[in-house]
Amino acid sequence: MKADVGAPVAPTGLGQIVRAPSYGRGIGGAGEYIVIPALALVGSLVLFGIFVALFGKNPLDLYFYMYQGAFGTWFSWQNTLIRAAPLILTALCTALPAQLGMVIIGGEGALLVGALAATSAALVMQWAPPIVVDLAMAAAGMIGGGLWIMLSGALRHYRGVNETISSLLLVYIALAILNFLVEGPMRDPASLNKPSTHSIGAANMIGNIPGTEVHWGFVFGIIAAVLSYILVYHTVFGFAARVAGGNIRAAKVVGLSVGKLVLIICFLAGAAAGLAGMFEVAAVQGRANANLAAGYGFAGILVAFLARQNPLAVIPVAILLGGIGASGGLLQRRLGLPDASVLVLQGMIFVMVLASDTLYGRWGFLKGKTS
Amino acid sequence: MILNNISRRRLLQGTAALGLGAAVPLNRAFAKETTVGFIYVGSRDDYGYNQAHAAGAAALKKMAGIKVVEEEKVPETEDVEKTMESMINLDGATLLFPTSFGYFNPHVLKMAVKYPKVRFEHCGGLWTPKDPKNVGSYFGYIDEAQHVSGVIAGHMSKSGKLGFVAAKPIPQVLRNINAFTMGAKLANPKIKLQVIFTGDWSMPVKEAEATNSLIDAGADVLTCHVDGPKTVVENAARRGAMVCGYHVNQSVLAPKAYLTGAEWNWEVLYPRFVKMFTSGETIPNFYRGGLKEQLVKVSPYGPMVPAAARKQADGVKAGLIAGTYVIFKGPVVDNKGKTVIASGVSRGQTDPELEKMDYLVDGVIGATS
Repeated sequence: MKADVGAPVAPTGLGQIVRAPSYGRGIGGAGEYIVIPALALVGSLVLFGIFVALFGKNPLDLYFYMYQGAFGTWFSWQNTLIRAAPLILTALCTALPAQLGMVIIGGEGALLVGALAATSAALVMQWAPPIVVDLAMAAAGMIGGGLWIMLSGALRHYRGVNETISSLLLVYIALAILNFLVEGPMRDPASLNKPSTHSIGAANMIGNIPGTEVHWGFVFGIIAAVLSYILVYHTVFGFAARVAGGNIRAAKVVGLSVGKLVLIICFLAGAAAGLAGMFEVAAVQGRANANLAAGYGFAGILVAFLARQNPLAVIPVAILLGGIGASGGLLQRRLGLPDASVLVLQGMIFVMVLASDTLYGRWGFLKGKTS
Repeated sequence: MILNNISRRRLLQGTAALGLGAAVPLNRAFAKETTVGFIYVGSRDDYGYNQAHAAGAAALKKMAGIKVVEEEKVPETEDVEKTMESMINLDGATLLFPTSFGYFNPHVLKMAVKYPKVRFEHCGGLWTPKDPKNVGSYFGYIDEAQHVSGVIAGHMSKSGKLGFVAAKPIPQVLRNINAFTMGAKLANPKIKLQVIFTGDWSMPVKEAEATNSLIDAGADVLTCHVDGPKTVVENAARRGAMVCGYHVNQSVLAPKAYLTGAEWNWEVLYPRFVKMFTSGETIPNFYRGGLKEQLVKVSPYGPMVPAAARKQADGVKAGLIAGTYVIFKGPVVDNKGKTVIASGVSRGQTDPELEKMDYLVDGVIGATS
């Protein structure tokens, strides 16, 4: 776990071409990518400390409990990683299309559709051995989620519909479909007051990483993030996507098939979120019901933006936010802070990191040799 | 975060060793205290479901030797498992109240197997004999209180039309709607009740829309079964309609419009459970009751409720407490004309058939699907 929040990674396609010119040349100036986000984080923690002090609580207690709850014990670490697992995958749902300059915020919808597809696959394949069922679930989840976000991409490419709005609205459609199926055709009649589908079967549940209580979704999240990183920064396809993200007309002029790029990237993005949904069913809930709509898709947007849409940086940022979530309970119980205080901290971090964007390229001593 | 400047690897090494010893008992000084953990799915000041449980927790805080830890807005995912474990490991809790219905399966069951020495008390009445013995499930027959509320509503309605904002057409909710309607029909046999389902437990915007459209359709007394009745109560009062509350007493939100309401009485039940727990007595795995057992109660009647209405409602209440009165007594016809409880059949509150309710009684305008 060497990588930090501001890990020295290459800038995104978006920033490279659209934002400040020095940004693109800053590959040699890795310092900026550590120092500036770290400062933003420290700044938001200080602000949050002041906020907490206004309520008459000791900020030092706050920092201690945050550490204690997120990283202080092996139990806390596992708690953090469990919460990070779905966030890595849902963050990719925003980070991948961002390479094309698209702002997709509908990861929650892809997660729900992926979960439903995975559950359906498991329910029709009850005769098969567990490994086959799990593979089918993963495939179904990824295809379901992938097609869902691809729908947004297609609407954008063929009909000029804003993908941010369409992907968000598709979340509500996905939720309605989930509720309809869970309360109607797919309902287990025994689930009287908590409408749910039939269980996928205890044998088909995916276990935890040996020696931990963290389920395999965490490992697959890391694999997906690394693969995404390689795809974006080390393949011709990824290069083409970043070119299209920078200037779509230029991309068309040089003969890139932008439509294909949009559809494939959107499919991969949705597939990541769909896989998160599959793990929620196969590793946690064991069935599909309204519990699945827990907001992981929305939290993923925050992770992607904090990671500056870099697939690799998504991993440490997801762990950080997982840690904040894990420590939230202890803050409530020890300091008597309301649950919303964690949201206040998340909001502060978000604003500070976005605001810190303006600092890039301003500090000569951080710029590195290329500028 | 400040921590990010410390090497995570070093932290891991250090913390893994600590973790082997299971928990860090921060509260060793209080070892003689019994720590009770409460987990809520929403905020504990929602004037509804969660506040009712928080009132029960507040009653425990007054007891000697009891320490209460609380966490709100915990989703029904792995989060709640981690919250339970965190309360057990970091706070030393030995008795947990994960209060949301959706916490039970798989989360409470999973934790109960993992921590056999901890007692889990879940609200919802879902426990069956095949589940772990250190899990208990309790629930109140709140339809009794709804029935009494219905009598008052029937008396107070001038338009002869009542409104009900409901979350989902599941048995518990349908039972409340039916009991309320049947209560109202005792006062006014011709009364109609219109129901609108919002589709989920906490949908303030839809609840407000439903309230408005029910009033527009002529309803002048409203009630609801959603997690936080605040929206319905305040909106109805603003529109000049009267309301019957649910979960907790909402009269402070609408003092001039609040007739009465069906409330949980967890502040009586929880101290009862904790006394059993600390004295080493076994808490029954399956615990239910209504007005008689004081698991539910009826809000004090508002000043506008006339004596005749109070008298009839009190009579019904007394009958329910004495066990001489049965709400679901045949013949009961549903709103499609089908007889659902035959003449001569009397379904008392413990009848399992009532747990499967899938109909709306005659007089209800609305459909379950």
